[in-house]
Amino acid sequence: MNIIVCIKQVPNTTDVRIDPVTNTLIRDGVESVINPFDAYAIEEAVRLKERCGGKVTAVTMGPPQAETALKEAIGLGCDEAVLVSDRKFAGSDTWATSYTLACAIEKLEAYDVIICGKQASDGDTAQVGPGISTHLDIPQVTYVKKIVEINDKSARVERMTEEGYDVVEVPLPCLFTVVKEINTPRMPSLKGMMRAKSAKIAKWTAADLDADPAALGLDGSPTRVVKIFTPEARKGGEMISGSTDEVAKELVELLKGEVV
Amino acid sequence: MDYLLTESQIMIRDLARKIAQEKIKPVAAQYDESEEFAWPIMKVLAESDLFGVYLPEQYGGLGGGILDMCLVTEELSRACGGIALGYAGTGLGTLPILLHGSEEQKKKYLPDIASGKRLAAFCITEAEAGSDAGSIKTTARKEGNKYILNGTKQWITNAGEAEIYTVIALTDKAKGVRGASAFIVEKGTKGMEFGKKEKKMGIRASATREVIFTDCEVPAENLISREGMGFIVAMKTLDTSRPGVAAQAVGIAQGALDCALDYSRTRVQFGAPISSFQAIQHMLADMGTQVEAARALAYSVARLVDSGAKSVSKESAMAKLFASDVAMKVAVDAVQIMGGYGYMRDYPAEKFMRDAKITQIYEGTNQIQRNVIAANMIKETLKK
Amino acid sequence: MASIKILLDKCTGCTLCVKTCPFGAIHMADRKAVIDMAKCTLCGSCVAACKFSAIELEKSGGPRKDLSAYKDVWVFCEQKKGVIQSISFELLGEGRKLADKLGVKLCAVLLGHDMETAAGKLGERGADKVYLVDHPALAAYQDDPYTAVLVKLVEEYKPEALLCGATTIGRSLISRVAIKTNAGLTADCTGLDVDTKERLLLQTRPAFGGNIMATIIAPNHRPQMATVRHKVMQEAPVKPGRGVEIVSNVYPEETFASRSKLLEVVEEIANTVNISEADIIVAGGRGMGGKENFARLEELAKVLGGAVGASRSAVDADWIGYSHQVGQTGKTVVPKLYFACGISGQIQHLIGMQSSKVIVAINKDPDAPIFKVATYGIVGDVNELVPALTREFKRALNK
Repeated sequence: MNIIVCIKQVPNTTDVRIDPVTNTLIRDGVESVINPFDAYAIEEAVRLKERCGGKVTAVTMGPPQAETALKEAIGLGCDEAVLVSDRKFAGSDTWATSYTLACAIEKLEAYDVIICGKQASDGDTAQVGPGISTHLDIPQVTYVKKIVEINDKSARVERMTEEGYDVVEVPLPCLFTVVKEINTPRMPSLKGMMRAKSAKIAKWTAADLDADPAALGLDGSPTRVVKIFTPEARKGGEMISGSTDEVAKELVELLKGEVV
Repeated sequence: MDYLLTESQIMIRDLARKIAQEKIKPVAAQYDESEEFAWPIMKVLAESDLFGVYLPEQYGGLGGGILDMCLVTEELSRACGGIALGYAGTGLGTLPILLHGSEEQKKKYLPDIASGKRLAAFCITEAEAGSDAGSIKTTARKEGNKYILNGTKQWITNAGEAEIYTVIALTDKAKGVRGASAFIVEKGTKGMEFGKKEKKMGIRASATREVIFTDCEVPAENLISREGMGFIVAMKTLDTSRPGVAAQAVGIAQGALDCALDYSRTRVQFGAPISSFQAIQHMLADMGTQVEAARALAYSVARLVDSGAKSVSKESAMAKLFASDVAMKVAVDAVQIMGGYGYMRDYPAEKFMRDAKITQIYEGTNQIQRNVIAANMIKETLKK
Repeated sequence: MASIKILLDKCTGCTLCVKTCPFGAIHMADRKAVIDMAKCTLCGSCVAACKFSAIELEKSGGPRKDLSAYKDVWVFCEQKKGVIQSISFELLGEGRKLADKLGVKLCAVLLGHDMETAAGKLGERGADKVYLVDHPALAAYQDDPYTAVLVKLVEEYKPEALLCGATTIGRSLISRVAIKTNAGLTADCTGLDVDTKERLLLQTRPAFGGNIMATIIAPNHRPQMATVRHKVMQEAPVKPGRGVEIVSNVYPEETFASRSKLLEVVEEIANTVNISEADIIVAGGRGMGGKENFARLEELAKVLGGAVGASRSAVDADWIGYSHQVGQTGKTVVPKLYFACGISGQIQHLIGMQSSKVIVAINKDPDAPIFKVATYGIVGDVNELVPALTREFKRALNK
């Protein structure tokens, strides 16, 4: 089975702090990591390979430093990796990003399954996965929490919903976006990390893709950011003091309106 | 301190640390309480290829040496000395095969050990033979193409959980120490049974049991090296593994020190964190210095062993002696710094103290280590 | 190709741009700003921040397209088992304001089976028109038929804006439609407004886990699509008896084909705690001290008719299940009332609940960061205050 997993390198948002004086992000010392949801995608891809045989190729669109994320992916069990990187991709919104990734995927050998994480922790849009499947015109299932059965023709999966889950049967090739409930990502292995160190990562630029230049980067993005601002910091209210009973009584008086 | 580790050693150490902090630390107290063997952790270590760091690549290992094993043992012990023994004890049980085994034996047993598929255990101690290892009574009688083993080994680490056992038994009682031989015995061999799990002060997550041989038939090809080599195999094994025990002690000491340091910063008395009091600072300074010295000695000796040096007995004994005494002292001081909280079982400090003690006892008590060191020192002066 | 550059003669080295850049792409060299092109995403925040107009961002947008053929604000109304979901009413409420500002109609889009009656009621929620497509294949959501139908509707009737719920259905569907119609889509908007002069939908949403906000537009593509999360906007008030024009659409059979098959729908109400839906949440953190103490929170939640939440520390300590976790790696909640009990208020937790209407914080540490965002703060022992509150609320609510 030929499996592709799309990953993204993002800043470690658990490290991101707000400077209390300027109310802006403190970015020093914030390291770059594999998008947390993609760790589950990588794990599921590797498990699928172990289940069905085949190989896993990790793909990412990003700046040159995203290569470290791909090496990490190889350390976790992916066999090959491709970095799609070019100044021409700068400013891409999710339309252009999913288009670029779709073009890259078309250049790889025929695939059976593409797996993506549900969303990226910096943009949080959850649009690139479905975008890729639409550009490639393949069926998708989003919010997959379990791949119940799979063979080279079709798959039966559980898709998480607000009330529980749906059981969906989908033909291959197809794309899945996965949620955290699907598995527990494994620890990297030493042999994997050593393989990653010496692994040759393919690097593709815009010229390597059969892409319409007008559909790349900022020019290919229907949306653009016009303003970035820090949200108004929520201000503290009042402190209530007194004995336990006094405080409880006062609170109930204040909150009654919200509760009824 | 930077020990000028290679890139691959840094990778090994960092991965072991990640596993220790993310997987072992959260469950250490629970395993200490239940005294269950931490198979799920063994599985994670196996999948991360940590079992084979010191084994040659041709058998599925990573081709590193004892220093690599020490790096892993130290990080795992920092989170839990007991769980770390599933790993370190396997190393000890594997060394006889690695150092003295035939090509066939290595091919047969080392790959499964490297992959973490099977654990190992080393069996020499008996009820009447602890420090006086020469007094072992377990016999191995040759009969055709088999050896029949009879006897009981006591306090064996990993017994019952491991599948590969390297056993020292007497093939020729008359020859005394020169009459011992080393064998590989697999779990499930008829005539091999295990006693109940011992209840210990510390390292409770480690499984310690008797191994009882009753007319246990072992194929002749499981003899390691030649008859009569048993003690040499045992001594070389212990010399090689002692830096590992030192590493375990360093790990336990570091874990205890980490606890005490964190606590001292947040515990406020007399309007200030206790880390601002000179009494505490001096204790921490001594603890920190001693741990670093123990670590430096352990790593140096590990490097010496890996360099292929012929005689490492003295140095190896020094590393174990020093590190284990440091671990005990640092663990006791950590409890003292934490005061009442150090004594309470709900807090992690007292476990380090209970765990540290064994490092001064097993793999040769510290009194025996001193004998070995002195004997070697004297021998060296005689040579001049 | 778009490009950005620092006008060195205007740059004073004030470092405002360095601080503003969300991607850390600017640094100072010899007291002048330097942009690292490997990190720059051409978002333009630095341009806006620079007081000396020393940064120039050239976007080769080309001439503005003539998009006057696109009119009306559409709302995709999500239905499950024939029942229109409340998110749809929230979108209609917001959509009405936008349509009024633009001076156009508010149209609902409804796909399903036997939905005529439900369609008729949408007028009461402010819709002027309903584009209805009725077919057995649309009874339950499936990617292919829903995408195909919505694309056909958009191409035929040309809305200028399309709002959809940021639900599991909405996000799967609208992403595909945006690609097929070559439209701009902004996810999880927390604010929507209109630039009436340019007829642009101004879409504001959080990024970096909520640490910053971004306002996004789609100047040259139509429709302008946006998804909005449940409970972020207010439901449209009901105006009983208000009529609506229903436009029924019929499409050839192949439009409704689906490559995937829905085999089963499983409801796990018991197991899946959806605290995202709760109006009142009683949450506990490490300060609760232990698993047993969470029972007190459950009691208070029960009296108030709310749900129990937790900080990551409590979930990691195994005091309660992950489905109760609120925060960056858990759920984002917007209840009317949020009790933070024994929760210190680290940013990773705040991200998940700071939009709550009223926050009540109880913590024994007077310096806990939670007090900076709490509406009402109490320094005290949670294990005494929570039972006291339960008693008082019981009395006040006559339970």
